[in-house]
Amino acid sequence: MDKTLTARVSARGLGATERQDRWWVAPAAGALALAVFIVYATWAAFVGTDYEFGPYLSPFYSPYLRPAWFPLSASLIVLWVPLGFRLSCYYYRKVYYRSYFLSPPACDVSEPTRTYTGETAFPLKYLPIMHRWFLYLSILVLLWLWVDALRAFDFGGRFGIGLGTVVMLANVVLLSAFTFGCHALRNAVGGNLRCFSCARGGSLRYGAWRGVTHLTMSHQTWAWLSLYSVGLTDLYIRLCAQGLIHDARLIL
Amino acid sequence: MERDAGALRPAVKASDGLDGDSAKDQVEARVVETARFVTLRINRGEANDVSGRWEDYEVPLEPGMVVLDAVLHVQAHSANDLAVRWNCKAAKCGSCSAEVGGMPKLMCKTRLEEFDCSKPILVQPLQTFPRIRDLVTDVSWNYRVNRKITPFRPRTDREWRFYQRDVDRSQEMRKCIECFLCQDVCHVIRYQTQEKPQYFGPRFYVRALGLDAHPMDSANRLRLLQVEGGIGLCNVTKCCTEVCPAGIQITDNAIIPAKERIVDAYQDPLRRLFRKVTGTT
Ligand code: SF4
Ligand code: SF4
Ligand code: FES
Ligand code: FES
Repeated sequence: MDKTLTARVSARGLGATERQDRWWVAPAAGALALAVFIVYATWAAFVGTDYEFGPYLSPFYSPYLRPAWFPLSASLIVLWVPLGFRLSCYYYRKVYYRSYFLSPPACDVSEPTRTYTGETAFPLKYLPIMHRWFLYLSILVLLWLWVDALRAFDFGGRFGIGLGTVVMLANVVLLSAFTFGCHALRNAVGGNLRCFSCARGGSLRYGAWRGVTHLTMSHQTWAWLSLYSVGLTDLYIRLCAQGLIHDARLIL
Repeated sequence: MERDAGALRPAVKASDGLDGDSAKDQVEARVVETARFVTLRINRGEANDVSGRWEDYEVPLEPGMVVLDAVLHVQAHSANDLAVRWNCKAAKCGSCSAEVGGMPKLMCKTRLEEFDCSKPILVQPLQTFPRIRDLVTDVSWNYRVNRKITPFRPRTDREWRFYQRDVDRSQEMRKCIECFLCQDVCHVIRYQTQEKPQYFGPRFYVRALGLDAHPMDSANRLRLLQVEGGIGLCNVTKCCTEVCPAGIQITDNAIIPAKERIVDAYQDPLRRLFRKVTGTT
């Protein structure tokens, strides 16, 4: 790349810009929103108590595995799957590259002077391939969460709906919208084809690609909604279990 | 020259020229009376002048006025030697690219009303490319990159028939007007000061994917994008998408699909195995 190209704005250090709007609002909001979730999720994962109430099970503790040999909080057995999935997600990458790595903090706002390798060096280089593995595992975890959501209709053998049932169902719907809008999935179901009509099962794959694309285009929205729905679902069940709030029974 | 927010500025005092003159004069006086002014702070300079100098110009604000109107008003009334490049004034030719309020914009598509007109609005040339004069920059680096991309190579083994849905992705990429706003904003081109590896930039990932997603093309540009094109340096932070005046989803529909295809081709061991077993490519 020609050196003359970047002579104009290079080496101005972090934060230099001619932008006249409040460009720092979005990265600051992103940093805060992620930090709040991380702090809550870490605490909720490590406490290891109050994660179930009646037929409800906190998403942090699903699938319900309680091996006797495992010394730590039961949530840690599976939690690395959604954690890895989100950490390697294309959208979350954007958020943390901007908000935490300041690379760049916002468009046309200069970044710290340092050697930049983007996603060409270890470990960032392997994010896209790792994201695929996490996607496959996350679909399994998601299936489990659907089972949990259906179990939340079962009040000791009797069908019922509580506010917690609605919360768990909404959570798993949002999580599905997030997971099935994944870029890696979009590529796998049809994005990797050069020509839909020429491929075997082309119409089917085109349909699937269209469906995933629909969700991919609003991936950002689903990413935030599902992140917070997980946290709030856990919080709701936790508060019920501690007797601090009363689970409203809608149908019983 | 600072001015209060939206100050009404009677250029002609209400009493002037109204005594006994024609009705036309009265109308004109009223028009002038309600005119609002906006200050354009334009960065000017000769070839390769890095920092340039900021100069303020006052322009009467009209409803629906775009930045290019204001700049041309300055050129016509206050600074005849101001260099600015434009052609279509319809957001189609991509030649009026500049940075307005600190962000890359087409001057002909950007309304002054988008900005706080009570403060001077900054207008400067694209910062990533060398200046020729005032608001005009030399974007020829992009044309050199363009030549590195494998051109369309038509298939010969298949009839030329395909459906609209097969070319939708390619056609989205063809909406590009080559304004190079995305190249200007991309932080990899803009801020990296050390001796750089090769990097094509968002506009050329758009072009390459537009060709690679065409049902009748037979070339493969993935290795090129990965090695010479430096697509791995892009960290999907989406500034290019934010500024594209053609509304191309650059990151979601060109860069990420290209990155995914590169993983398919060179990284994913499962797919390699699958290809070996099934004998497909
Ligand atoms: S998404 Fe990639 S190509 Fe687009 S501006 Fe950001 S780093 Fe550059
Ligand atoms: S991709 Fe969009 S921003 Fe980039 S050159 Fe083309 S039209 Fe301009
Ligand atoms: S890209 Fe966000 S989940 Fe895969
Ligand atoms: S003058 Fe043609 S795009 Fe603005």
